[in-house]
Amino acid sequence: MYPIVKKKKLADKIFLMDVKAPRVAKSCLPGQFVIVKMDEEGERIPLTVCDYDKEAGTITIVFQTVGASTQRMESLEEGDAFQDFVGPLGCASELTETPIEELKQKKIVFIAGGVGTAPVYPQVKWLHGQGVSCDVIMGSKTKDLLILEEEMKEVAGNLYVTTDDGSYGFHGMGTNQLEELVNNGNTYDLCIAIGPMVMMKFVCLLTKKLNIPTIVSLNPIMVDGTGMCGACRVTVGDKVKFACVDGPEFDGHLVDFDQAMKRQQMYKTEEGRSMLKLTEGDTHHGGCGQCGGDK
Amino acid sequence: MDVMKKVPVREQEPQVRARNFEEVCLGYNKEEAMEEAGRCLNCKNAQCVKGCPVAIDIPGFVCQIKEGKFEDAYQTLSKSSALPAVCGRVCPQESQCEGKCIRGIKGEPVSIGKLERFAADWAREHQIKPQPAAEKNGHKVAVIGSGPAGLTCAGDLAKMGYDVTIFEALHEPGGVLIYGIPEFRLPKSEVVAKEIENVKSLGVKIETNVVIGKAGTIDGLMEEEGFEAVFIGSGAGLPRFMGIPGEQANGVFSANEFLTRNNLMKAFQEEYDTPIMRGKKVAVVGGGNVAMDAARTALRLGAEVHVVYRRSEAELPARVEEVHHAKEEGIIFDLLTNPTEILVDENGWVKGMTCIRMELGEPDESGRRSPVEVPGSEFDLELDTVIMSLGTSPNPLISSTTKGLEVNRRKCIVAEEENGATSKPGVFAGGDAVTGAATVILAMGAGKAAAKGIDEYLSGK
Repeated sequence: MYPIVKKKKLADKIFLMDVKAPRVAKSCLPGQFVIVKMDEEGERIPLTVCDYDKEAGTITIVFQTVGASTQRMESLEEGDAFQDFVGPLGCASELTETPIEELKQKKIVFIAGGVGTAPVYPQVKWLHGQGVSCDVIMGSKTKDLLILEEEMKEVAGNLYVTTDDGSYGFHGMGTNQLEELVNNGNTYDLCIAIGPMVMMKFVCLLTKKLNIPTIVSLNPIMVDGTGMCGACRVTVGDKVKFACVDGPEFDGHLVDFDQAMKRQQMYKTEEGRSMLKLTEGDTHHGGCGQCGGDK
Repeated sequence: MDVMKKVPVREQEPQVRARNFEEVCLGYNKEEAMEEAGRCLNCKNAQCVKGCPVAIDIPGFVCQIKEGKFEDAYQTLSKSSALPAVCGRVCPQESQCEGKCIRGIKGEPVSIGKLERFAADWAREHQIKPQPAAEKNGHKVAVIGSGPAGLTCAGDLAKMGYDVTIFEALHEPGGVLIYGIPEFRLPKSEVVAKEIENVKSLGVKIETNVVIGKAGTIDGLMEEEGFEAVFIGSGAGLPRFMGIPGEQANGVFSANEFLTRNNLMKAFQEEYDTPIMRGKKVAVVGGGNVAMDAARTALRLGAEVHVVYRRSEAELPARVEEVHHAKEEGIIFDLLTNPTEILVDENGWVKGMTCIRMELGEPDESGRRSPVEVPGSEFDLELDTVIMSLGTSPNPLISSTTKGLEVNRRKCIVAEEENGATSKPGVFAGGDAVTGAATVILAMGAGKAAAKGIDEYLSGK
């Protein structure tokens, strides 16, 4: 069992947890992810790593309640435990393998969308620890959904906060902010974008135009996370890759986002079904048009 | 009764079992087992033993069953096999022990597999455990992977007194026995979990959720954690796809994914959270045991199922018994047929598959007649799900993170057959990680040989 040593609500439906998993913490690097399974009946859920503490043997995860499983996860408290917690999975960020002197020469910009701020944080923190300063654009739909602003401020060079509705910071999306920065004379050698698939797609369309090499971190459906099933396969530059072992980070300009987004929808009705079962329990008798209960 | 024929084994009716995930074969009862055991001629120079990759004393345990000494029969089995309840169910006996049985020349061979299963099931029902080592020798050995190879190697080493820890990447031990072979052939909580309990009762520790190559390495285990030898039994779990257009569509799965969702994650049971596609019309591409398992699973989830295979029935690599069961249950076999494209609708979902008819050409160097396309014979199958079951290859995760470990061009670890030794001192390997996808019993045989190899290596130190 893997005990939850800390739980914190970051925003509506967004939670942070520190989980004790010494073997994972010992080997973890920025860019990697974990898979958690709550209990016997639970499914395996891939989650990005927000932070890790090798001494304390803990991993920090951040998740948003989007379906039945994450809603069930939300009910776990400090002192409760995950039955299974496996990682670190996937390849570490390429930055960790780049010579520091080379990194210091580079102008890097991160674009974090929504919960994507969580996996951006360890990369920026790692760079900061190596004496490399980079720009960070973090955006959310609205002020209330913004997470980890204080933490990011401590490790980022310039931090630009955006909200889609203008309720806080720059009014607009991460792409608008990047465009403005470039128009104002900023130049970047590398962009790293992590967030919803559609946001990463639009960042890539823009950076291609601006001629900035771009890395994205994909979040397809996964089962085992060790390369044995191919549920997470994505097309990158006409090659089929398994995001769990070849990624999750890829050259964003080569990713087939439209296909990846379609594949992400595969179990939409299944997810809707288990969500309804969870919220309505025995009182659910169909009629929602999704669950087949009305047939 | 006809002494030339096997005592028939009771099975669930095809129409009934096609709707449930319970075990198809019900096995022998005491009387049936003793009667079948009575058919054994107790050969002096027993050929059946030579056909068994772990060389079980077959006449020995069969005669003990004949005499009603079921506990003795189980102990005889467990001297050679760590997983008799599994092997009795999933070994291709027709090409191994039973294929060599003298009775088989004029009639049907002795039903060795069903007798092995009977003795193991009887022992489990009567809480009989295998015999642990009298004393520990204090040497630490790590085993990577808890499939048939790893469990066998660990079990054998523990019996010799070694302090063994198995590291397993998934959340449950068992490898293909848990995620691959379905419940209706190999019950999980009843049979597999109990066999693994038996291995643990020998003193073997199992750490799940540890992906060696990610959370630590083999070098780390040896240099930092005090393991003096390591056995790699990580299998061949990397699925192959065809590389045809449309293969990334929604509704196209590897057999590994489909079976893992169903078997390991228990997607077929309401109370489990993992979803699975319940297709209406499913094609399984391939003809091996995994293809049969995927097809029969899809059938039980309510689909009409086609097995699409490019050669003819005689070349089907699956066990005869499985093909027979699949046909009885209503699986449709589209033989001499090969997919050329998966047809996708505007939302990215599978709507069909274009196939081409094949005919068998001249035999190649290996003696197999290779299929060639019949020009102009393309046709479309209407489908909503396609399951690719084209075989698997070893995952390069371990070989790529272990210094000095030689692999061949198929990414299989190079190891000596008689003792499992690899190019790296103290590191042994066996099973599918070495051979590529093969059978449970061959993996067990390799685990056994490596246990002996490790013992010789560490005693000679």
